[in-house]
Amino acid sequence: MPNGTTTIDTRERIAGPGEEKGTLTGWVQDLIYTVDHKKLGFLYIGTGLLFFVLGGIMALLIRAQLAFPDGRVVSPEVFDGLFTMHGTVMIFLVAMPIVFGMANYLVPLMIGARDMAFPRLNAFSFWLTFFGGCLLFFSYVGAPGLYDAGAAPNAGWFAIAPLTSRAFSEGPSIDYWSLSLIITGIGSVTGAINIMVTIFCYRCKGLTLYRLPLFVWMTVVTMFLVILFLPPLSAAQIMLTLQRYLGAKFFDTQAGGSAILWQHFFWIFGHPEVYILVLPSFGVMSEVVPVFSRKPIFGYPMMVAASVLIGFISAGVWAHHMFTVGLNSFGQTFFAIATLAIAVPTGIKIFNWLATMYGGKIRLELPMLFGVAFLFHFLISGLTGVMLGVAPFDWQLNDSYFVVAHFHYVIVGGILFGIFAFFYFWYPKAFGRMLDKRLGLLHFWFFTIGFHLTFDPQHFAGFLGMPRRIYTYHPGRGWEIWNLISTIGAFVQGIGILFFVINLLWSAWKGKIAGDDPWDAWTLEWTTTSPPPEYNYDKIPTVASRRPLWDLKHPEDPDWRFE
Amino acid sequence: MKSASNAAEQSSDPVERAGGLVSHLLFWFFVFIPGLGLAQEPGVRNIQNIFNPQSKPAQLIHSTAALTLLVCFGIFVVVAGLLFFAVWRYRRKGPEDDNEEPPQVYGSAAIELAWTVPPLLIVTMLVLATARTIGEVQNAKFPDDALQITVVGHRFWWEVRYPQFNFVTANEIHVPVSYLSAARPVRMTLESADVVHGFWVPELNGKTWLVPNRKNEMWIQPTTLGTFVGNCTVFCGPQHANMLIRVVVQPPDDFFDWVAKQQAPPMARPAGEEGKKAFVANSCGTCHRIGGTATDGVFGPDLTHFASRETLGSGVVPNNDENLRVWLRDPQTLKPGCRMPDMRLDDKQIDEILTYLKGLK
Repeated sequence: MPNGTTTIDTRERIAGPGEEKGTLTGWVQDLIYTVDHKKLGFLYIGTGLLFFVLGGIMALLIRAQLAFPDGRVVSPEVFDGLFTMHGTVMIFLVAMPIVFGMANYLVPLMIGARDMAFPRLNAFSFWLTFFGGCLLFFSYVGAPGLYDAGAAPNAGWFAIAPLTSRAFSEGPSIDYWSLSLIITGIGSVTGAINIMVTIFCYRCKGLTLYRLPLFVWMTVVTMFLVILFLPPLSAAQIMLTLQRYLGAKFFDTQAGGSAILWQHFFWIFGHPEVYILVLPSFGVMSEVVPVFSRKPIFGYPMMVAASVLIGFISAGVWAHHMFTVGLNSFGQTFFAIATLAIAVPTGIKIFNWLATMYGGKIRLELPMLFGVAFLFHFLISGLTGVMLGVAPFDWQLNDSYFVVAHFHYVIVGGILFGIFAFFYFWYPKAFGRMLDKRLGLLHFWFFTIGFHLTFDPQHFAGFLGMPRRIYTYHPGRGWEIWNLISTIGAFVQGIGILFFVINLLWSAWKGKIAGDDPWDAWTLEWTTTSPPPEYNYDKIPTVASRRPLWDLKHPEDPDWRFE
Repeated sequence: MKSASNAAEQSSDPVERAGGLVSHLLFWFFVFIPGLGLAQEPGVRNIQNIFNPQSKPAQLIHSTAALTLLVCFGIFVVVAGLLFFAVWRYRRKGPEDDNEEPPQVYGSAAIELAWTVPPLLIVTMLVLATARTIGEVQNAKFPDDALQITVVGHRFWWEVRYPQFNFVTANEIHVPVSYLSAARPVRMTLESADVVHGFWVPELNGKTWLVPNRKNEMWIQPTTLGTFVGNCTVFCGPQHANMLIRVVVQPPDDFFDWVAKQQAPPMARPAGEEGKKAFVANSCGTCHRIGGTATDGVFGPDLTHFASRETLGSGVVPNNDENLRVWLRDPQTLKPGCRMPDMRLDDKQIDEILTYLKGLK
C-alpha cells in the first residue's frame, strides 16, 4: 500500500486495565467484564459469525434435502425446524449482531469519541443478544429433550398465525422462538438508543451533522428504524405468549381472533427490518467506494436525503408482503405505489456510487471487489424487488422460490457482501494486520460463484411454480435441474466461507503489519493506531470537513474550501 | 405439453405482443429445456410456468408481468453496463496512477436532478399498469350463472364444494373450459378450516391465501384442456409440501357428465358390502363421509366418489391398488405427518375396504 505509514502525531500508549494480564483466564474475564465499545464490537461480530456458521450448516442441510426430488436426508419435522431456525438465526442472531457490532466498533472511532454514551448499557445490550440467541438454540436440547431433535421452532421465521396457536403447535417450540426474540429485541432497542445518543451528543469538535461520515449517517437511520419498528414485533410476541398461556385470543382464529392481525404486526416490523440490515451496508459502500476510487462521495447531501427518505417510506410498505392475503384493490394499489416509490431513492444511491467511481482511479483491492459485487447484486435484487412490488406480478411470485431468491439476493448478495467489504476494509484497523490477499481472493471467487449458482436458479424454479418451505417435491415438475444447481452452489459458497474463516484466524496471527492507515483513507478512525488504544484518541480531534485526513494530507487543497 | 395459445387472447396491444415474445423465450429457456426427456402423463400439466398463462386472469397478470420484466431487464443492462464500464475504464492502470489523485468532484445538483427524473417516470408507468391490472382482475364482473366453487383448505388437503350442484369432493377440482364464443368464468370462494393455506395454480391465476375466519375470492377462466397441477403456498405444517392441487379443465359436456356422476349416490357393488361394514365398524366415518351410508365425518376428505379421483392424499401418489393398500396399512408411510392415523387394520379388513373404495365411482 502507498502511504502506508501516514500518521498524524506521535503518542504514547498507556496500558489500560486488563491489558497486561495476558493469560487465557485474564483474557476471558476481560471480555466478560468489558464495557469498551471496541471489545463489545468484537463480541457482537464474533457472536454473529458463530451463529452464521451454525445457520449456514442448516442451509446446507436444507439444500442437501432439496438436491433431488423425493429427498430423504431429513424428516419433514426436522426440515421445518431447519428452515425456521435458519431464517430466525440469520436475521436475528447473525445480521443484527453484526450490524450492531459494526456500529459499535466504528461509530465512536469515526466521530472522534472515546466510547459510547452508555458503556455499561452497551454491555447489557450485547449480553441480552447473546443469551437470547443461546435460549433459541437451547430449543434443540430443551423439552422434549434430545429426542426427535428437541423442540426447535417450526412455524417459519415469521411464525404465521394461527399455526402458532396451541391447537396447531403443541410443546414449547413457539415459546422458545418468541421468548428468545423478545430478549434479543430488548437488547437491540437499548443498543440502538445508546448508539443514537452517542452520535448526537459525543461528536468531536467541528463534526457537524453535515460532515458526518456516511456510515454514521446510515447508522443513524438504522437505529431510528430499530427503535421504532422492533417494539411492534416484541409486542406481537408478548401477545402471542399471552395467548398461549393466559387465554388471550388475539391471533386465535378458532376463538374469533385474526390471522391477518399477526401479519400486520409482523410485517410492520419485518419490512423496515430489511432496511435496518441493508442501510449499514450502504454505509460501508459509501466509505469503501470513495476511498478506492480516490474521489469523495458524489452528492453527499443527496445520499443522506435518499437514505432518510428510504427510512421514512419503508415504514409504509409492509403490506406488500400481504398482496395475496385478500386485500381490496385500494389497499393493493396503495402499497404497490409506496413500494415502487422506494425504487427512486434507491436508484439515486446507485447512481451516486457509480458517479463516485466515474473519473476516479479505481483500486480493485478486496474491499472494493466485494463493493463492486455488492453494487451488481443490489441492482438485481432491487429490480426483482420492483417485480414483486408490481402487485399482480406478486400474486404469481409471492411465496414462491422467486421470493426466496430475491431476499437472499438482498441479504447475501447485498448485505453480506457489504459486511465482507467491511471486514476487509477495517480488519487492519481492528487487528493491526492485513487480511491475506490470496485467501481473500479465493474467498471472493468461491463465494461469488457459489452465490450465483445457488440463487440464480431459484428465480427460475419460482417462475415454474415451486413454493417455498416444501421439504420435498415430485419429479417431473421442471424443478430438478434448478434445485440441483442450487445445492451445488450452496456447497461452493461453504468452501468460500471456509477460506474466509481461515483468513480471519490466520491473518490475526501472521498477517502483514498494516500500519495506521493502510488504505490511504480519509475518515478519523485512520488517524489513531491499529489497533486503537482503549481510549481511542489521546487528544480529541477537531475536524473541518467530511474528510479530515484529506485535509491533512493535502493542505494546499483542503475539502473545507468546497463544502 | 405446450399448446398454441388461444387465438381469442391474442391482441394488437404492443405491450401484450412484447409480453408474448418474452413469454415465448422464457418458455423455451425455463420450461422446455429442463423438461426435455421427462416423461409426462398425457394431459397432465405438471410443469407450470407463469409465463405460459392458460386462463384469463393469468393472462391479465402476465401482460403486466412481462412489461415489468422487460423494463427491469432494460434497466439492468444499462446500469450493470455502466458499472462494469466504470470499473474497467477507471481502474488503476499501474503504480504511476498513485502519484496523483484524480480530480475531486463533490457532486452536481443538475446532474442529480436529471437522473432522478427517469426512475420517477418509469415508476409512474409501472404504477399505472399495476393499478389497471389490479382493477381488471379484482373487480371483474361475472354473469349471474357463473360456476361457483368453494375451496376449503385443511391440513393437508382441499375440500371442494359445488354449492350450485350440491355436492362435495376433494383435491381435484373440475371446471369447464372457456371458448372464444363462450366465456365460462369460475368464481372461487376460498376459506380455511384450520391454518392459513395458499391456492396457486400458476397457469390459471396468481395465488390467493385461504385465511381462517375470512372468505377470499378469486376466479379462473381456463382456455386450455388438461389437468393443471398446483401447490399450497403457505407453510401449514409437516405435509405442506404434499398438499397438491389438481384442476381438471374439461369440455363443457364432459364437465356436466362429471357433475351428474358426482351428484348421484355411488354405485352399489355387491363385492363391496363387507368393506362397507368394515369401514363403518372401524370408525372411518368419524372423519370421512360416504354418501348413501351412515358416515358423516367432515375432518377428512369426502369419499363418496373416491374411485373417480386420480390421486391419493392430495396428490402425493397416484390412486391405484398398490398405493391404496399402503395408505390403508399406515398413511404415515406415504405422507408422514398427515392427520390420518394408522388405523391398525388387519390384512382382511384392508382387502375388504380396498374393494369397497375401488367401487366408489
